[in-house]
Amino acid sequence: MANNTTHTIEYRTLSKILLVLMFLTFLTISITSIQLGAFTVTIALLIAGLKAFLVLSNFMHLKYESVLLRILVAMVFVLFALIIVITFIDYAYR
Amino acid sequence: MHNSPSGVKGRFFIIMSKKEIHIEEHRDDEASKLGMWLFIFTELLLFGGLFLVYSIFRAQYPTAFHQSSLELSVTIGAINTIVLLFSSMTIAMALTAIQKNDQKRALIFIGVTLFCAAIFLVNKYFEWGHKIEHGLYPGSALMPLLDRGHLLYFSLYFFMTGLHALHIIIGMTLLVVCYFKVKNQNINNKDYVLLENGALYWHLVDLIWIFLFPLMYLIS
Repeated sequence: MANNTTHTIEYRTLSKILLVLMFLTFLTISITSIQLGAFTVTIALLIAGLKAFLVLSNFMHLKYESVLLRILVAMVFVLFALIIVITFIDYAYR
Repeated sequence: MHNSPSGVKGRFFIIMSKKEIHIEEHRDDEASKLGMWLFIFTELLLFGGLFLVYSIFRAQYPTAFHQSSLELSVTIGAINTIVLLFSSMTIAMALTAIQKNDQKRALIFIGVTLFCAAIFLVNKYFEWGHKIEHGLYPGSALMPLLDRGHLLYFSLYFFMTGLHALHIIIGMTLLVVCYFKVKNQNINNKDYVLLENGALYWHLVDLIWIFLFPLMYLIS
């Protein structure tokens, strides 16, 4: 039936993504165990962002979804980033 | 009946045609998925709000948050991270299996995912149990004695991980339903949008943990 438009992702691709995700997890743990000051949080969050991107695009099939859906998902993260920035500006200057 | 043949016939015709529409498969998988995504957006913003509260208070009490985070076991947190990432992969594989019309493998993959979810919850039980033994839990006698920074950290810790664990339980329920629907072939290689949406929910749970783990366990 033409109703299913979902792309089939091979087992091999999925397991490769898992390996990358595991590697990134160990990287986060080892980086945060070294004291890098303010950079630690930034790096940890960047890696978390990369992991989230991998999960969203591969496990959640966003790579193969319609442009509309991909824009919608991106907008949610943009919205959240804006909320964080605006709140921190408010917090810093009160 | 013979007095008003046209009216009766007309009604009969409408019922028939409704029935025909019902028999003919009437579904829109794209719309179902879009609906699931819209729901996921609300979930992301729910946790987003909590992350916002967390980051503001962390900026306010950096040392207290650091000291409190040392009370958590990085090992248990790391194991749970790996377990969730792995389960996220297996549920994605379950979808691949059903698309390939491989019912047996799909059932195994959903089973493995459920098993991982159970491991996660058992770990959480020991982790929380350890805290509760030391008198650290919301509403305990010890909590109000902590200074504000520690109190905020542990309140946020219990609320955020608790809400996350609740999502694990909801996700498990959804996947158990999917398991039995795959088993009796209500979910098959022609109609698998329920499994797709269940998998999306499960990935959401994983996604939240990806941020929760470094922020709660690995602050320095």
